[in-house]
Amino acid sequence: MRAFAVLLVCQLAGEVLGRALALPVPGPVLGLVLLVVGLGWAARRGWISPAGIEATALGRTAGGLLAVLGILFVPAGVGIIQQFGLLGQYGLALLVALVVSTAVTLIVTVYVFLGVSRWLR
Amino acid sequence: MTAPFALWTYLAATPLLWLTVTVLAWIAADALAQASGRHPLVNPLMLTVAAVAALLLVTGTPYGTYFAGAQFVHFLLGPATVAIAVPLFRNWPLVVRHALPMLAALLAGGLTAIASALAVAAAMGVPHDVLVALAPKSVTAGIAMGISEGLGGAPALTAVLVIATGLIGAVMVTPLMNALGIRDYAARGFAVGLASHGIGTARAFSVDPVAGTFAGIAMGLNALLSAVLVPLIVRWVL
Repeated sequence: MRAFAVLLVCQLAGEVLGRALALPVPGPVLGLVLLVVGLGWAARRGWISPAGIEATALGRTAGGLLAVLGILFVPAGVGIIQQFGLLGQYGLALLVALVVSTAVTLIVTVYVFLGVSRWLR
Repeated sequence: MTAPFALWTYLAATPLLWLTVTVLAWIAADALAQASGRHPLVNPLMLTVAAVAALLLVTGTPYGTYFAGAQFVHFLLGPATVAIAVPLFRNWPLVVRHALPMLAALLAGGLTAIASALAVAAAMGVPHDVLVALAPKSVTAGIAMGISEGLGGAPALTAVLVIATGLIGAVMVTPLMNALGIRDYAARGFAVGLASHGIGTARAFSVDPVAGTFAGIAMGLNALLSAVLVPLIVRWVL
C-alpha cells in the first residue's frame, strides 16, 4: 500500500505544481518527473539502486500497473458508442488520416532517432 | 415485471456490474491475445472495447451508466503514468546515452504527428471543429482531451480518435518495423510511444522492456511538446 501511496502522492504533487505554476504539462507527467528525481536522490544516498528497484515494493507495484496498462484505456475507448453520428459522417476520412499519419509518424520518428544515433557515433 | 428483469434493472444501474464486465472482458481478451502469441492484430484492448461496446448497445445501456462503474479502472491511468518512472530509473544510463537522438526524434515526430493528420483530413473535407479535435490524437488521452477542449474541440471525440490512433499504432508497429529491418528496440519503442502514446507503450512493454521504457518516455515528452505545439498550429495554420 505504501508503494501505491508514493504513486498517488507524486501525481497529486504534480497536479498541484502544474496548477500553481500554470504549466501546460499534465499532472501525472509532472508526477513521473518528480518520482524519477526522488529515485535519483535516494540512489545518490545509497538507499536504492537502478538494478535493485524492481525487487522493491514500489518496483513490484509499478510493474503490476504497467503490465495491465491496456485495460486502463477501456472506459475511454468504449466512449466510441457516443460518437457514431459524427463517425458515420467523417469516419472514413478520419480513419484514413489516422492510419496515414500514424505510419508516417512511426517512420519519421524511428529514422530520425537512428540517424542521429549513428551520426553521434 | 418478471424476476430476472427486475434483477437486471437493479444490476445494470450499479457500478459493480460494469466494473466486473470490464475486468472479465479484459481477462478473456488478454487470454486470446496470449494464445495468439501476442499477434499484433489480436490486440486485447481492441477486443475488449468491441465486446463491451456491443454489450452496451445490445442492452441499451447509456455510456454514463457504464462509466460510473468503469471510472475506477479509468482513474488508475494517472498512477500508471507516474509508475513509468520506475522503468525509466531502471534504464537511466541507457536513457542518458540516447538523449540527443530522443530530442531530435521528438521534435520531428511530434510535428509530423499533428501536421500529417491535419493535412490528410483537411484534404478529405473534414470540417474545422473536427480537425481541432483530431490535432492532439497522438497524445495520451487525458492530456489530449484537455488540449482539444482548450481550443474549442469536442473532448469526447478527441478521446475516441486518441484510442483509435493508439490501436492503429499498436497493431502496425511490429510488422512495419520488421519490414523496415529495424532491430533497435530503443528506437522502435520511442517511435510507438510518440505516435501512439499509452496504448503503443502497452504494446511495447508486451514485446520488450527496453522498448516499453522508451515508449513511456516518448509518450511523456510528446505530451509536453504537443501541449505547446497543437495550439500554435491550430491558431496559425487552421
